[in-house]
Amino acid sequence: METDFLVQTLSSIVAAATPVVLASIGETISEKSGVINLSLDGSIALSAMAGFAVAFTTGSVTLGVLAAMAVGAFIALIIATASITLRQEQVAVGFVLTMLCMDLADFLGNPFVRKPGPSVVHWPIPYLSEIPILGPILFDHNLVVYLSLLSILAAWWWIYKTQPGLKLQGVGERPESAFARGVNVSRFRYVYTVVGGALVGLAGASYSLSIKLGWSHRHTFGIGWIALAIVIFGGWSPWRVAAGCYLFGLLKALGSILQRNPAFAAVPTQIFSSAPFALMIFALMLVSSEGVDRLLALLPTRLARRIDRAIRGRPPGGLGKPFVQG
Amino acid sequence: MKGILRLKNVLLGLAPVVLALLFTTLILVAVGAPPVEAYRNILSGAFESWQKIADVVAACVLLILCGVGMSITFTAGQWNVGVEGQIVLGAIFATWVARNLLWPQVPVLTLMLLAGMLGGALWGALAGLLKVYGKVHEIFGGLGLNYVAQGLAIWLIFNPWKPADGATMSGTDPFPDPAWMPRLGDLRVAPLAVILALLSAAVVYFLLRGTRWGLELKAMGKNFRSAFLLGVPSTPRLLTAFAACGALAGLAGAIRCSARYGRMLPDISGGQGYLSLLVALLAGYRPQWVPLIALFFAAVGVGSPRLELNMQLDSSLGGVLRASVVLAVMLVGGWRALMARRQETT
Repeated sequence: METDFLVQTLSSIVAAATPVVLASIGETISEKSGVINLSLDGSIALSAMAGFAVAFTTGSVTLGVLAAMAVGAFIALIIATASITLRQEQVAVGFVLTMLCMDLADFLGNPFVRKPGPSVVHWPIPYLSEIPILGPILFDHNLVVYLSLLSILAAWWWIYKTQPGLKLQGVGERPESAFARGVNVSRFRYVYTVVGGALVGLAGASYSLSIKLGWSHRHTFGIGWIALAIVIFGGWSPWRVAAGCYLFGLLKALGSILQRNPAFAAVPTQIFSSAPFALMIFALMLVSSEGVDRLLALLPTRLARRIDRAIRGRPPGGLGKPFVQG
Repeated sequence: MKGILRLKNVLLGLAPVVLALLFTTLILVAVGAPPVEAYRNILSGAFESWQKIADVVAACVLLILCGVGMSITFTAGQWNVGVEGQIVLGAIFATWVARNLLWPQVPVLTLMLLAGMLGGALWGALAGLLKVYGKVHEIFGGLGLNYVAQGLAIWLIFNPWKPADGATMSGTDPFPDPAWMPRLGDLRVAPLAVILALLSAAVVYFLLRGTRWGLELKAMGKNFRSAFLLGVPSTPRLLTAFAACGALAGLAGAIRCSARYGRMLPDISGGQGYLSLLVALLAGYRPQWVPLIALFFAAVGVGSPRLELNMQLDSSLGGVLRASVVLAVMLVGGWRALMARRQETT
C-alpha cells in the first residue's frame, strides 16, 4: 500500500514535469550555443494554444504537436535573426516576444477556451512498463512524456559525446576560438537556437495535449520563467537541469499533499501558489551567492569541494554576448 | 536633396508602425474580422467622449511613472522586471494608511502617497539586494518578487482586509472618503496624479542628465566593470536606482488604488508594470519620450475592450499591437544598421 502510493506519486511527478523538462532542455541547448531565448513563457503559451487549436480543428494530435513545435521554432528563429544578424539585445527581444506571444495566444486562442479536445493517448511501453517499480514510474505514460525523458539523454549525448556537440560547446564558450578553428559560429547559433525552440514548442504541446488538457487564459502560468531559472540552477548541464526539474516537481507534489492535510488548512492557498517563485529565488541564491561560499569554507575542504562541484555551474563564456563573424 | 533625405528618414521612422499594423491586420484577417472596423472601434473606444479621454489620461499616469522609473534602472543597465510587484507593494502600503489613519484628506493623501513610495522602494531595493548580495539576476529576482507580491495582496484581501460580506476578487471595502484622490468633476481622472506623473518625468530627466548620480548610473550601464574600476560606488548606486524606480512604481500603485478604484484589488497592477517596461524600451530609456509613448499605449489599452463589446474579439489584440510595434522598432533598427554596415564595406 505504502509503496503503491509512492510509486504512483513518483509516476505523476515524471508526467507533470514533462513541460518543464522539455522547455529547460531546449533552453539549455540554445544557451549552450550562446543564445538566451528569454521568450520561454510566451513561447510555451503560444505553442500550447497552437497545438491545441490545430489538434482540435483537424482532429489529429500529431498535427497539433508538430504545429506547436513549428511555433516554438519560429519564435526562436526571430530571436536568432534579431540577435545574430541584426545585433539587437537578446534579452530585450526575448522579453518583447514573451509579451507579444502571451497576447497573441489570448487573442487567437479565444474561440478554444475551455473546449474539450483530443489528447495524446496513453501508451505503456510493452515489457518495459512491467518492470516492478521502475516500469510504472517511467514507462507507463504517453509518447510526449517519453520524449521528455529521451530529450535529456539525447541532449547529454549530443553535447558531450559527439563531434558537433563539442563544436557547439566551443561556439558557446569561446566563439572567437571556434571561429578561428573554422566553425561557422553564426550558423551553429541559428541551428541550435531553432532546435531548442522546437523543444520549447513541444513543451507547450505537452501542456495543452497531455498535462493540463485544453486551453484557457493564463493556461501555462509562469512555467517558462521557472524553466529558465532551472537552466541556471542546473548549471547548463542536461542531467542536472533534469534533476532540477524533477526536484521542482517533487516539491510541488509535496506542497499539494501538505495543502490537502487538515493540519495545514490554516495556511492560505495564496502561499502555495506563490511558493514556487519564492523557491526559484532561493534556488538561484543557493547556486550563485557568495554567502554560500562562506558557508562552504566552514566545511572540511574535500567535502566542500564536492558540494561546490555538485551545485555550482558556470554559464557558457559567450552567453548572451554578440559575436561578429568575419 | 536634403528634403528628400528628411522625407526618407520620416518614412523609415514610420516603417515599424506600418509593419506592426500590417501584422495585426493579418491576424485580424486570419480570424475573419474586418480590420478597418476593428481599428475604428479601438480609436472610438479611446477618444469618443471626454470621459474616455480622461480614462486614457488616467491610464497614462501609471505608465509614465513606471516607464520613467525604469529609465533610471535601464540607464544603470538593469532590467527591473520587478516593477509589477513594486506597484502592488505601493498599493498595499497606501491601503494600510487609508484603512488605519482616519484623518482629514490632505494629511491622509500625502501619507498614502509617501507610504506607497516607501513600499515600492523597499520592494525595489530587495530586488537590488538579491542581485548584489545573492547574485540572483534581477530578471529572476524581480519576477519572483512579483508573484510573491501578488500572493501577498490576495492573502491580505482574503484574510485581514476581508470585507464584511465576504472576500471576493473585487477587493476590499471602499476607502473612507478622505482617502479618495479628488477627481476632475465627473471625469475618472485625478489632476494631481497627472501633475505628479509629468513632474516625475521632468525630475528624472534632470537627475539623469545633470547630476553626478545620473552620470554614474550611465557609466555603470555602459560598462559596469570599468565604472567600478574608475571609482563609481556601484553597490549603493545600483540599490538607489532600484529604490528610486520602486518608489515611482509604488507611487503609481498608491495612485491607482486611491484615484482609480478607491480600494485595494487583488489584481491592482494588472500587468501594467510589464507594459511600462515596453514603454521604457520604446522610449530608448529616455524619460522625455516616455509620456508620448505612454499616451499611445494607454489609448490602445482603453480602446481595445471595445473589440469585445462590439465585435466579439478578445481585447488582447491591443497588446499584440503594442508589443509588435516595439518588436518592429528593434527589427527595423537592426536592419537599417545592417544595411549601413554593408554600404560601408562595399
